[in-house]
Amino acid sequence: MSADKPESAAPLAHYVSDTPFVADETEQLSAEQERIYTSSGWRLMWLKLRRHRLAVFSGYVLLALYGSILISEFLAPYGLHHRHTDFIYAPPQGIHFFHDGAFEGPFVYGLEYKLNMENLRREYTRDESRRYPIRFLCRGDSYDFWGLFEADLHLICPGAGGTLFLLGTDRLGRDLFSRIIYGARISLTVGLFGIIFSMILGIIFGGLAGYYGGIVDSTVQRMIEIIRSFPELPLWMALSAALPVTWSPILIYFGITLILGLIDWTGLARAVRSKFLALREEDFTAAAELMGARPSRIIGRHLVPNFTSHLIASATLSIPSMILGETALSFLGLGLRPPVTSWGVLLAEAQNISAVALYPWLMFPGLAVVVVVLTFNFLGDGLRDAADPYH
Amino acid sequence: MFYFFLRRLSVMIPTLFVISILIFVIIQLPPGDYLSTLVGELQAEGENVDQEKLDFLRKRYGLDRPVMEQYALWLKGILQGDFGYSFEHNQPVVDVVGDQVLLSVIIAFATILFTYIVAFPIGVYSATHQYSTGDHVLTFIGFLGLATPNFLLALILMYLANVYFGTSIGGLMDPEYLDKPWSWGKIVSILEHLWVPVIVIGTSGTATLIRRLRANLLDELQKPYVTTARAKGLAETRLLLKYPLRVALNPFIADIGNLLPALLSSAAIVSVVLSLPTTGPLLLKALQSQDMYLAGFLLMCLSLLTVIGMFLSDLALAALDPRIRLTGTRQR
Repeated sequence: MSADKPESAAPLAHYVSDTPFVADETEQLSAEQERIYTSSGWRLMWLKLRRHRLAVFSGYVLLALYGSILISEFLAPYGLHHRHTDFIYAPPQGIHFFHDGAFEGPFVYGLEYKLNMENLRREYTRDESRRYPIRFLCRGDSYDFWGLFEADLHLICPGAGGTLFLLGTDRLGRDLFSRIIYGARISLTVGLFGIIFSMILGIIFGGLAGYYGGIVDSTVQRMIEIIRSFPELPLWMALSAALPVTWSPILIYFGITLILGLIDWTGLARAVRSKFLALREEDFTAAAELMGARPSRIIGRHLVPNFTSHLIASATLSIPSMILGETALSFLGLGLRPPVTSWGVLLAEAQNISAVALYPWLMFPGLAVVVVVLTFNFLGDGLRDAADPYH
Repeated sequence: MFYFFLRRLSVMIPTLFVISILIFVIIQLPPGDYLSTLVGELQAEGENVDQEKLDFLRKRYGLDRPVMEQYALWLKGILQGDFGYSFEHNQPVVDVVGDQVLLSVIIAFATILFTYIVAFPIGVYSATHQYSTGDHVLTFIGFLGLATPNFLLALILMYLANVYFGTSIGGLMDPEYLDKPWSWGKIVSILEHLWVPVIVIGTSGTATLIRRLRANLLDELQKPYVTTARAKGLAETRLLLKYPLRVALNPFIADIGNLLPALLSSAAIVSVVLSLPTTGPLLLKALQSQDMYLAGFLLMCLSLLTVIGMFLSDLALAALDPRIRLTGTRQR
């Protein structure tokens, strides 16, 4: 068989490289890639969000607005209830920098008041002879800062003897700009507290439905469907009309947030449920189950962290509807009532057509609402895109 | 299809039942009942109270009986066409409401129509011209529409309509047609007034629909069959109309379920601002004065409207999409 085997087979010539062997040479990661692959989900989300310029910008705007409610007293030129009886329904005073072509720094012109005897309208004209330079970091209306100490320092104040109504005044001569700054306190936090409440409900019900499935799921689904088939606002109206009139303003405030959350949770519950249904099938859930973890542990330790980012995105997107809801309720007089000041309460002053025609500046609080709702929407959109790091 | 119809109907009836319970609980929430408040007021003013009538009403609606029994009486009345008695207006609820429910339906219908007519071309344009200037502008306007409180929009539009078109302020028709029987002139007058509320109520719904249509259409446009059709030389317009648009159209019908509650909600507040003779202002007044049966009836009407709307949209969807007809659920 193997008779004619070659006598002496010289080894074949071949080349052997001296460089050390690296197993994952082709998959070498650059330092930057390394960092991305090993970074946490939150960091990935941030990296992705950062590319969404508008969302980041909106985030900063919201941060600034929420920060402002901590120091409203300092930012507002006047106190919340300071009445200027000589300046009822005064129009906004524009800030000027130049007078007769000469730079004078920021100042406002004085207001000349005259009652038009023909139509009994208050008419204000600009008095160019009087100029009031705006002062910064100055003493004005005193306030009780956080209930800690008495203070009277303001970021901006009117010039001595003058007035500073950046956005005009209302029917009692109260400065609208200051009131909008104070109103942010209520309007912005209503959405926040409401969403916390609605998130709790949404996680509980959505989680139960998604984790157990079957009859629990279909019961919760039916419940959600029924709640959703109510028109939201009439239901809010009915519930807030049911709040006892004897309640103190602060109780009413919490009542309203509770009502807003009570109806809003359905959307979040649906999001949680569908995410749960998907995550329940994952291997890590099965592993946890086999190791004998209790449902509460599986949900809390393994499932919830996995969709927190999604939850935050959905929550951000549903805050605007709450803010709009509060505004609408207060506008109708069913929500918060003066002396509590929210943007809706301020807008209630602009309820009739004459306000639009004669005192259009009364609608400025509406502009604040629009800005906040828009920024929340932009931020929420960015977060939603960023929440899916592997997309 | 018939089985689907039956199945859907069997879901609807218990839903309405639960809704009626919820509404009754809500209208019962404020402490005290309207009758005792009224009697107290009248007696304080020294007027004499028609005790016989009060007793009759109290007995008829079981106001002195436990809540459960009151509910049973209320439901029984509804099923027999007696929707209760408005204590404030001193007449049966049905007479108070009159054709306001009908006007609400008309406005809702007109708004849905408006929403579709506006959202459709804009959505298609935005999707086919993704990231163009037009798309950005339209998207931004859409966002703005979502963000503006609609009562504010109502005020501004009403003012503009009055200044530029001379339309009388508020109401749904010129004053001279109020309380007149239906005539051609009245219909024209209603149409003249209808556009402001329709635009105002429709904005947020339109914005939502545009976004959804745009997203759906963009998804479809990336699918291989579109490339195939294009490779085979199908003209762009024809291609768009023939395949992707038809698939992306489903949400238009499916969305009635989401659109209708949102629409009736915003209709409620817009009607208050524009003082339209619809259910909105009536509901507000009924809630403020604790006129429980009137409020209950209006809430019931609004929910009934949405439930029926959803029912119809499901039927239409089932007729369009065999997947839904066969499995009985919506694929989302």
